[in-house]
Amino acid sequence: MAFYDTDIEQLHAALVNKQVSASELTKAAFDQIKATDDQVQAFLALNEEAALKQAAAIDQAGIKDDQLLAGIPLAVKDNIVTKGLTTTAASKMLANFKPVYDATVVEKLAAAGVINVGKTNLDEFAMGSSTENSAFQTTKNPWDLTRVPGGSSGGSAAAVAAGDVLAALGTDTGGSIRQPASFTGVVGMKPTYGRVSRWGIIAFGSSFDQVGWLSRSVKDNAYLLEAIAGRDEHDLTSAKKEVPHFAANLAKADVKGLKIAVPKEYFGEGIDADVKEVVEAALKHYESLGAIIDEVSMPHTKYGIPAYYILASSEASSNLQRYDGIRYGFRAEDVKNLEDVYVRTRSEGFGAEVKRRIMLGTFSLSAGSYDAYFAKAAKVRRLIADDFTKVLADHDLIMGPTAVSTAFKVGEESSDPNKMYLNDLLTVTANMAGLPGMSIPAGFSKQNGLPVGLQIIGKAFDEQAVYDAGYVFEQTTDFHKQTPRLGGQN
Amino acid sequence: MAEKLGREAAKHVAELAKLSFTDQELDQFVPQLEETMHLFDDLQQMDTTGVEPMYSPTTEVNGMREDVAEKSGQKEALLQNAPETKNGLIKVPAIIDESED
Amino acid sequence: MNFETTIGLEVHVELKTKSKIYSPSPVSYGVAPNENTNVIDWGYPGVLPSLNKGVVRDGIMAGLALHAQISKHMHFDRKNYFYPDNPKAYQITQSETPIAHDGWIEIEVNGKKKKIGIAEMHIEEDAGKNTHTGQYSYVDLNRQGTPLIEIVSKPDIASPEEAVAYLEALRQRIQFTGISDVKMEEGSMRVDTNISVRPIGSDKFGTKTEMKNINSFNFVKNALEFEQKRHQAVILSGGKIVQETRRYDEPTKTTVSMRTKEGSDDYRYFPEPDLPPLEVADEWIEEIRGEMPQMPGERREHYVKDLGLTDYDAMVLTQTKEMADFFEAAVATGADAKRLANYLMNDVNSYLNDEHVDLQDTKLTPDHLAGMVKLIDNGTISSKMAKKVFAGIIDGEEPAAFAKAHGLVQMSDPAELQPIIDDVLDNNEQSIIDFKNGKDRAIGFLVGQIMKQTRGKANPKIVNQLLMKSLNAR
Repeated sequence: MAFYDTDIEQLHAALVNKQVSASELTKAAFDQIKATDDQVQAFLALNEEAALKQAAAIDQAGIKDDQLLAGIPLAVKDNIVTKGLTTTAASKMLANFKPVYDATVVEKLAAAGVINVGKTNLDEFAMGSSTENSAFQTTKNPWDLTRVPGGSSGGSAAAVAAGDVLAALGTDTGGSIRQPASFTGVVGMKPTYGRVSRWGIIAFGSSFDQVGWLSRSVKDNAYLLEAIAGRDEHDLTSAKKEVPHFAANLAKADVKGLKIAVPKEYFGEGIDADVKEVVEAALKHYESLGAIIDEVSMPHTKYGIPAYYILASSEASSNLQRYDGIRYGFRAEDVKNLEDVYVRTRSEGFGAEVKRRIMLGTFSLSAGSYDAYFAKAAKVRRLIADDFTKVLADHDLIMGPTAVSTAFKVGEESSDPNKMYLNDLLTVTANMAGLPGMSIPAGFSKQNGLPVGLQIIGKAFDEQAVYDAGYVFEQTTDFHKQTPRLGGQN
Repeated sequence: MAEKLGREAAKHVAELAKLSFTDQELDQFVPQLEETMHLFDDLQQMDTTGVEPMYSPTTEVNGMREDVAEKSGQKEALLQNAPETKNGLIKVPAIIDESED
Repeated sequence: MNFETTIGLEVHVELKTKSKIYSPSPVSYGVAPNENTNVIDWGYPGVLPSLNKGVVRDGIMAGLALHAQISKHMHFDRKNYFYPDNPKAYQITQSETPIAHDGWIEIEVNGKKKKIGIAEMHIEEDAGKNTHTGQYSYVDLNRQGTPLIEIVSKPDIASPEEAVAYLEALRQRIQFTGISDVKMEEGSMRVDTNISVRPIGSDKFGTKTEMKNINSFNFVKNALEFEQKRHQAVILSGGKIVQETRRYDEPTKTTVSMRTKEGSDDYRYFPEPDLPPLEVADEWIEEIRGEMPQMPGERREHYVKDLGLTDYDAMVLTQTKEMADFFEAAVATGADAKRLANYLMNDVNSYLNDEHVDLQDTKLTPDHLAGMVKLIDNGTISSKMAKKVFAGIIDGEEPAAFAKAHGLVQMSDPAELQPIIDDVLDNNEQSIIDFKNGKDRAIGFLVGQIMKQTRGKANPKIVNQLLMKSLNAR
């Protein structure tokens, strides 16, 4: 069975009523993975034995009414550490690395009885927009196997799109949840910076990284965010803010009178016409439901890419220095001295894109470059955040396309990193400002039939407004019900 | 500020980052990095006088824990992940430079 | 040509908090390698630092003890460099916003008092330890994350003597706050120096040379004296000082150049994104000020003014906080301050020196020392007996009980002493004659005889009184 025409509430009801067991659901997930993953290659590692054991234990204990997530099989991006289960960040550097602790999000899910079926593929250390930068395999887009699923959470997006699981954990530093959601026709939410603990998330850009879900539906996403959100003493940047009952509150969702800002820069140069067309239709749909659409300007949008690449790469260059071949992970062979251990381990262990970003970041922080690059970019970050503050002062939400295009062909952009970077144009700014952003399926390109995502950005810690708007759209359209026919073209 | 990075500067940066590139790799990398830095040129022209840099979107302040010690009990598991150990110590090939303790 | 010297000192002080600065691992010594480590100390993928409030508190206290301004807004920075004992390959420190700045301490050299400025103080983490043997190095991360305060002086120090006076004053003040052991021999205080020399009247500082991790005050003095002379000689001969790091070589009492790789010290500092900024409330600063123990200067003044000690006594008793606290607790029981001071400065200090222990490591208590002093003062024991009683109380014995159990009690009862005195006088007619003839030596002899009869237990004061009375009566 594929996890297409169902959701968490339905599965939970079936589990409570014993129409299905957690073991059966878990087996179904593995069956679907086995049926699709030879083609899609979404998973780096399957957790089959442990997952089935956990499911059996849950069945034996019985699932109570208030254990909504117990027995639901889900997947985890492989840059989120799982105790005893290999966690690689899709890097040769950590090919055989077994974490000795669980990420906070993993711990919370386990406590809720969620079954982790396996670890999904990504761009190495989450650096990329296509999942082609994985050291191990290239994940394909279930809608068209010649195309990429986006990235860096491409494995999670593809697993959900292929019906392997209802949802999978992703991380988003500059668009890594939202862009693959857009490419694969699923829901992808990057929460507010600080909403979810980063303890156990293999760091890329520490002031940008957030954990979130790729899911089939908005409501599932809301349920699942509730389960992982909240203050964690292990992450002092996690927010001491109460976590609303996002899913329950959806019952009151309404877009009538909702003030939606649409920045004209989100429809400018570099954005494909077929994407614009779908998103414009989606905005019309909101208007027809009573929302007020207001064109605004966010003049610093175009500086998002350069400022983001300087800041995130700088943080990454420092975060990735710990991969030095001394305490864990890969160490180059036949090393003669310490310098050798460092240089050869790092040169052999990291892939090309990671090295490029380390170089950019190291340069941006180095003596003589700091003021012109790092400090300058940090000032531009402030200007970008101010753009959002101004617009959100008199609007509830900001909407526009998630990605500049639909899914591109495997190999099409991987040879040109600079072209690849432009994919993040519409997503990086929400990370710069730390705001919540979600991509929902908004329709299909008239040109190639591929999914197009609508991006909804909200005020800090107001994920509820984002979910509400997404939910209303979902309830009044049926784009999210479309599923790829694997193995053939649409 | 449309400075070119250049091979020599790239080599210096690589040294700081403990990376090494063959000449062939540099042929490919340096122009790519220079093109990326070309993207950065836009920033240089911006007037950011008086703008406070933003290093993080966090709204948290004073994140501190009480001074309570906790033994991890993780020593053996940690040592097991190390490429080489001896008598509970992490073993590394010799440090040639003798400038530190 | 006359020269003036400018010295800067960077002192690292290890704090004695219970847990590390960014991880809850214990701070303790003498445990098995890597015993006190966790995933944070190893810089594991996905870990985040967790700031210890106790370290911030201690940092503020150190700032207050050094008359510094406490920063109200601060953040942490990363200092990036690769080394096996530095697991994240960056140290979380403070570079842009020190926890405290613009402080001072007073020093005295050759009777002249001078204020030395403190530029900045930072809180940061210590690294692990590498040991080298042949082809391999071995890393122990127990020390990784031990909290440090770095104290950077202003260029106000003009001679090696002033440098040592500054270090002594600094060590003493920090020691009195109780936040650190500040022991150079144990590495809980470490000193980096820089020195430059210029002809008097020159408007530019000379070129600096640095020396790191010199491990005693004496070596600091020797190293700086050597460098000072070397700089002067180079300038006089028309040469140029090279900016470099040098190493002090104790056997030859010289400094030698250390070759360091050029450009390898680009630390790429930037604000630490994993730790939110700190906003220090005035109330917290005042609370910490309220908890701060009295500093040695104030205590010395009290000892001289109110307790009648000499300046020298007061100085010796305020060498460590433990000694001063001990002294004050003993004085508080009502025992004689001068006598207590003498015991602490002589018997106690020589015991500590002989045994190589600290006062707090012995079983001696202020009550017991004060008790012994009171026994002397009320004549229960003699000073000579006190030597034996001291051996007991240093091992934790109660003085009165110990004296009694060991028969260390003076005979002070005239009814008991008079028959013995009479007996001695009866047997020493010649001495009585000598006394009558004005030979005072006779008294000494008679007292000696009485002491012999009493096996030294007679109270000499009472014996003297009774003897004089008896002699005059004969």
